[in-house]
Order: sequence, then structure tokens, then C-alpha cells
Amino acid sequence: MAENDKTEVLSAKIWDLLKKYGEIVLEDVEIEVDELELIFQPGVPVAIAKPVAKAVEVVKKLVEEKFKEPEMEWTGKIVEVKIGATKSEGGTRDRTFIIGGETLPAFYMFKGIMPHPPVIAMDVFDMKIKLPKSIRMHFEDVMEDPAEWAKRCVEKYGADMINLHLVSTDPYIKDTPPSEAAKVVEEVLQAVKVPLCIGGSGDPVKDVEVFKKVVDVAEGERILLNSLNLDMKLEDIAEYLKNKDVVIIAFTPMDLDKARELNRKLYDYVSKDRIVMDTNIAGIGYGLEYGFTVMERARLAALKGDTDLQHPIAAGVTNAWAAREAWIKMDPFWGPKEIRGPAWETITGLTALLAGADYFMMMHPYSIRTMKEIIKNLLEGSPGKAEDIYDWVSAKLG
Amino acid sequence: MPWKAISPIEVYKLLPKTNCKKCGEENCMAFAVKLVNMETKLELCTPLLEEAKYKKSYEQLKEMLTPPVREVELRSDKKVVKIGGEYVLHRHELTYINPPPIAIDVDDTMSKEELIKRINFAESFRYTYIGRQLTLDLIAVRSVSNDPEAFKKTVNFVASNTSLPLVLCTLNPKVMEAGVSALPNGKPLLYAATKDNWMEMADIALKNKLPLAVFSPGDLDMLVSLAKTLLNMGVSEIALDPGTFVGFNGLRTTIDAFTMLRWKACNEDYDLAGWPLIGTPITAWKMVDGDSQTKAWWEMITASMLIIRYADLLIMHSLEGWVYLPLVMLRFNIYTDPRKPVAVEPGLRIIGNPNEMSPVMLTGNFALTYYIVSGDIEAGKVDCYLLLADTEGIAVECAVPGRKLLPDNVAEILKSSGIEKKVKHRILIIPGKAARLAGDIEDATGWRVLVGPLDSKDIPKFIEEKWKPENIKKLMES
Repeated sequence: MAENDKTEVLSAKIWDLLKKYGEIVLEDVEIEVDELELIFQPGVPVAIAKPVAKAVEVVKKLVEEKFKEPEMEWTGKIVEVKIGATKSEGGTRDRTFIIGGETLPAFYMFKGIMPHPPVIAMDVFDMKIKLPKSIRMHFEDVMEDPAEWAKRCVEKYGADMINLHLVSTDPYIKDTPPSEAAKVVEEVLQAVKVPLCIGGSGDPVKDVEVFKKVVDVAEGERILLNSLNLDMKLEDIAEYLKNKDVVIIAFTPMDLDKARELNRKLYDYVSKDRIVMDTNIAGIGYGLEYGFTVMERARLAALKGDTDLQHPIAAGVTNAWAAREAWIKMDPFWGPKEIRGPAWETITGLTALLAGADYFMMMHPYSIRTMKEIIKNLLEGSPGKAEDIYDWVSAKLG
Repeated sequence: MPWKAISPIEVYKLLPKTNCKKCGEENCMAFAVKLVNMETKLELCTPLLEEAKYKKSYEQLKEMLTPPVREVELRSDKKVVKIGGEYVLHRHELTYINPPPIAIDVDDTMSKEELIKRINFAESFRYTYIGRQLTLDLIAVRSVSNDPEAFKKTVNFVASNTSLPLVLCTLNPKVMEAGVSALPNGKPLLYAATKDNWMEMADIALKNKLPLAVFSPGDLDMLVSLAKTLLNMGVSEIALDPGTFVGFNGLRTTIDAFTMLRWKACNEDYDLAGWPLIGTPITAWKMVDGDSQTKAWWEMITASMLIIRYADLLIMHSLEGWVYLPLVMLRFNIYTDPRKPVAVEPGLRIIGNPNEMSPVMLTGNFALTYYIVSGDIEAGKVDCYLLLADTEGIAVECAVPGRKLLPDNVAEILKSSGIEKKVKHRILIIPGKAARLAGDIEDATGWRVLVGPLDSKDIPKFIEEKWKPENIKKLMES
């Protein structure tokens, strides 16, 4: 009986609407046309019942508006770059990582899942350097010892890889000789068994000498070198790397033409699957939009077939800490810097993630945890269930 | 088809070609150029609207310039907020147009004190970034009581205590009707029509000529069916909420839905997707376990991803400055016109009352760099000359490796700025981040270079310690 009452109310409503709009649309209504006619018959003349039935037919057609998934065709593919080498491959790492291999823009999951999950690496420096307090507090006791620092990152904070920055080699800082810097690399290789990324000081002349030594001591480990750029004597360093088992980050400062130029120069020395690009990213408020757009354009161009840009992308998310909002004391309204900092780094990282980055250099444990969780949610998560959020409008929230 | 630039000639042909200047431009061609760059509004050409002979041209132009994502305007007595109006999927294809407003929620079971507290938070939130004011934009009033009278009272109270436009949130049509009746003026967004209430909600939207959001979490077929239905019924403005799921159970669904909807609108001319998209990171407060800080964190994280992935309006719950600070800055960044670098004019800036022995400092012309550096110098009460080299609007730390801060350009600006006549010394303080260039700048300019601090906040201390007559003398003589 109750079911019938409901249908009757509905009929009245349909009638009202018909008068108003001439045509109506119904969905999720499970009544058959003849059922409707039956109910109308006692009170409503048959002649009027007919248009009702017709309207319901129209309704059924309209209800079937299907959302068609976007149509797209991508012809390019990002090369796969393997980092690290296990014992059987001539190295001493416990595991290796492959990045790249994409055939779709970042997180177009309706078309497919990215073939290799992004890698989150943590920064370690070869000397005690100035770091924001909210990062320092997690590493204070190991900052004089890069090997211990690296261990902390891997064992406690789950770093996939370590980015060891040999900043002390900078002629303006300590001017550490390459042979001494290389010793630190050996120590870190001993201390952790994840693949390593080794960076220089950014001095284009000194880095060449440092990198040669580093590559020699890490022979067979297939380290990722951070980075070669257009200011360097590429005919020297790239030639040296030619027959070594090492992969390279090609760094260019937010400029696609330069990114292409550098890649093309490197192709003379190394195969494509040994190059990762870093198109440079800046933190929120400090030029993030340039970095984001260059990265997004690079990836889209690569997928459309630009063979000079078909490389996995590295993102120096740590740059986010250059933003003062990440580390200065502000009016209490803006919250403690201990939370602003990781927020800055995480959101900068997510921006790069959605633009297409594959390899992330980061620092704050909480940022890294959040990034990993988001990546897991996106790559492995379950579909949303309407009932989980359907009543958010009327929910009493804390 | 992805958005293609319209030729200004095509637009010009349809304009009156009288060069009457009523639109504020010198001539019709200049107006046409601005129109195709989305830098002005067609309606500024008043003859086009007023004179019957242009009616057809106006219609044609309107059609040509209508964005694939329709623009919807929300209004209070005092403020207008536009949502949607987007042309492209990726910002580099043109530019994004309307930064997504952020709505702070209140509900009808809150005390007046609490309502005031939340309204004040939204109203007073203000952060100055490179000379712009970043703000929060809307109040979303939710009915938790499900009682029409209570909702009406709350909407009335909120409207009389805020200058911001409202979003009225309830799935109960009776409650919605009561809420709308409390708002005789203004143009709120009605949230929302669902598969269960669309008939009555459409009725309210039609009667009151208000925009209506469609809410269909996790079901895009239903979302577009509802959109089509409402539009057929005559609702003239809608917005789409495919559901914001936070975390493992659905974030993926949400990112996919926003991406697909915007793609369909911009690249496939699919009309039903061509409406503003609504994100509700507020659902983190339902879906995330943990304390309120954890919920706020995930609300922020979700919102940031939706700013990147095409949301045109966000409804949020946190009342923490740290949640919104990165979001309003991210939003500003992403919605900056990529065709124009955020730069200030290169050249000489005089800070305080410098004399012929005052320091001369160098930095780049990225707007943010200039505002921060000059702000720090002013705060430290340092009288000096600040030279802005043309780094093409790039920050110093990127300009150095990117070769946008070149010694030759520094030499050029030292000459063209006239600084050589203003000071007797020849010492240039360069940013710590440009230390690598010290020698080259000395060679190119003939000035002595003093490497300044890495961060401009240390400039006052640096000047106090280093800018002493004996040091200056020593430097000049060495």
C-alpha cells in the first residue's frame, strides 16, 4: 500500500510539472508506463493519461545521458630510466628504481595508471648547512655525518633514495677537493643500500672534476648524477661519462628551448635512457607558476611526440623552503612555522606531481609522508562511494 | 577542439569600426586585440549593444567570445564574485581567468558568537603578496538542523553581518526555499540539486532566477543527466560538483572527474561539462580520522590539488591561517597570466634619504624580489640606492644559473641609471645568491663588488657591520 501511495504522490507531481514545463525529465524512478496509466485511470480521463505515458518515454531517453570519457591520442612515450644496480647487476644496492615510461599526462587515471610510481628521495648534505629549524630538528644530531644522516632518512623516514649534495666542494664554501668528496660518497654507499643521487655544488667548473671522481668511486652503482647543465664543459664531462654506468639529470632553468638544447647535446654522448630532466621548480609564491608550466609543457610536448623532451622529470621540491612563509616567524594568525614549512614543501611537491614529475627531492619527513600517501591514494585507491560524502552539507563538523 | 586563438581581424570586422573610443580604447582595432586576449569585455562597446543595426554582429561576437566554461556571477550587496569563465585546460594555452573563490562554511546550529567568529575570519583574512591583497571570498551557509526556520534565521543573520556573497547549502528544498526567502537581494549559489531533489530545487532556482549547483558524487552519468535536465527546464546557470573524496577511498575518483569534465568542456566542446566545477575539501572533516589539525591538513592538501586541477570554487571548513595561506598564494600563482611576467620596471629605486656615500645594492626585477628586498631595507631604515637589473622577471636564485643576471647587463644599468653621478664610491653590493658572479661583475663594471647576505632580511645587519667608512676606504683602495 505504502508503495502505491508513493507512486500516487509522484503522479500528482508529474502532472504539476507537465503543466508547468510541457516536458519533464525523470530518473531513478522505477515505475513502468502501464503501471502509471493504471493508477491514473480511476480519476483521470484516459485521454489525459496518454501524454503522461509519452512524457515518461521522453524522460527515459533523457535520463540516458551518458558521460563519455574524453577522447585523446598521445603518440609519444617517456623513456624509462633505471637508477641503481643490485649485486647481480654489478652494484651493491638492495633495490633499483625505474622512472618514466608514461604514455599519458600525469594522473589521467581514467585512461591508465602510470607505469612506474614516482620516487621520493631525501636530501643529505656533506657538511652542516643552514636549514630551517623545522627540518633541522629531525637531523640535528647527524648533520655532521652524512652517512648517519642518510641512514636516518632511509630507516626512519622511508626515503626511496638519497640525494647527497656535495656542497662543501664549492670554491666559495670549503673548496673540498674531489677526492675527499668522493670519500663521503663511499661512506654513504656503505651506510645505506638504496640507490643514490649525487649532486655537486653548482659550480660548473668544479662540478666537472667532482663528478669524475664520484663516478669512479661509485662505478657499477648506476648512480644518478645531479646535474649537468649548459654552463659546463659537456665535451669534457659527458665524454667522461659516456661508458660509465651512470644516469644523469640534465638541468635547465625554466626554459624549454634550453632543455631541448641540453638534451640534444647529451645525446651525442649518452643514450636517451640515461637522461632525466630537471626543468627547475620554485616554491609557492616564488615563481612556482613558471616551474609548473614549463614542466607541464615539457611533458605534454613529449607525449605529443617531441623526441627531445621524452625524459622522466626530476623536481627539486626542496626549493619550496626558499619561500619565507615556509620558515619565518609570522603573526600567530598564520600558525607556527613548523606546520607552514611542510605545507609549503608538500603543496609545491603536489604541484610538480600533477604537472608530471617522476623524481622528487625533498626534506621534511611530514611532507614526504604526505606525498607518499597521496601517490598511493592516486595509484592504488578505491573509487569514491557516494554515501561517504553525500550528507556533508548537513553533517555537524568538528 | 582545444581553444584556438581568435584572430583580432575576425573580431574587428564585426565591430562598428567607428573608432568612437567609448570602450576606452584608441580605436576599434585596439579593442579587438584586447577582446581576443580576454583583457576587456565586449559590453564596453556600447554602440554594439544600443544600436539595432549591430544586433546581429553583437550576437556573433558574443558567440565567438563565449568561453567553453560558462561564467557564473555570485553577488552580495557589496561584492561580486565570478566563477568559471575559463577557456583552456592548461594555463599556457592562454591564461586562466577567474581564480576559484574560497568559501568558509557556517551552519545553522552555530551560536551567534561562533557565526561572527567564522564570518570575521573570512572577512579579515588578508595577506599582502607582491603588492596584491589575497583574500577569502564567500560564506557557505549549511543547514545542519534541517529546519527551514532555523536556516532562514541563520542566512538572515549571516547576510547582515558579511559583505561576502553566499552559497546556500542544503539538500532539503523546503529548507532551501526558506533560506532564499531570507535573501531578497544578492545572488547566492544554491547548493545543491541531486538525484533525489532536483525537481523542487529547479523550481526554486527558476522562481528566484538563481544559479544552482548539481551534486552527484562519484556518478558522472547522473551529473550530466541532472545538468541536462535542469537546463532543459530553463535553469539558466548551473555549476557542477562531481564529489570531493579525500584520501584512499576516492581521491582518485575526484581527480579523474575534475580532469575529465574540464577536458570535455575545453577540448571537446561538450556543453554539459562547460560549467564551473565545485570542489568541497570540507569533506576531509568527514572522511579523515584524527584530530582537527590532521583533518585541516588533509583539507588543505585536497584543496591545493583541486586548485591545480580545475576547481572553480572551493568550500572549506578549517579556521586556521596556515591552511589558507599557501592556498591563496598557490591560487594567485596559477591564475597569473603566463603571457606577462610578474616583473617591475628595471632601474634605480631610492630608499630613504641616501647621500653620496650610501650603499648601492643590486637585485633582480622579479616583482616579489623587489617587494621583499625593498620592504626589508625600509624596515631596517637603511638609506640606500637599490638597482633592479632586468632579469626578465625571474628571481635571483634562478636568474643566476639561468643567465638572466648578466654582468654586462649590470654594467649597463649602472650607466643608464645615473648612479655614477649620485655616489662617490664605486662599491656594488650584490645578492648573496649571486656570489658566483662577483668576479665577472667586477670585470664588466669596474666597480668593486661586496657580496651581500643570502636573504634580504639580513641586509640591515649586514650594512651595520660592513658599511663602515674604514671598510669602504679599504675596499676602494684594494
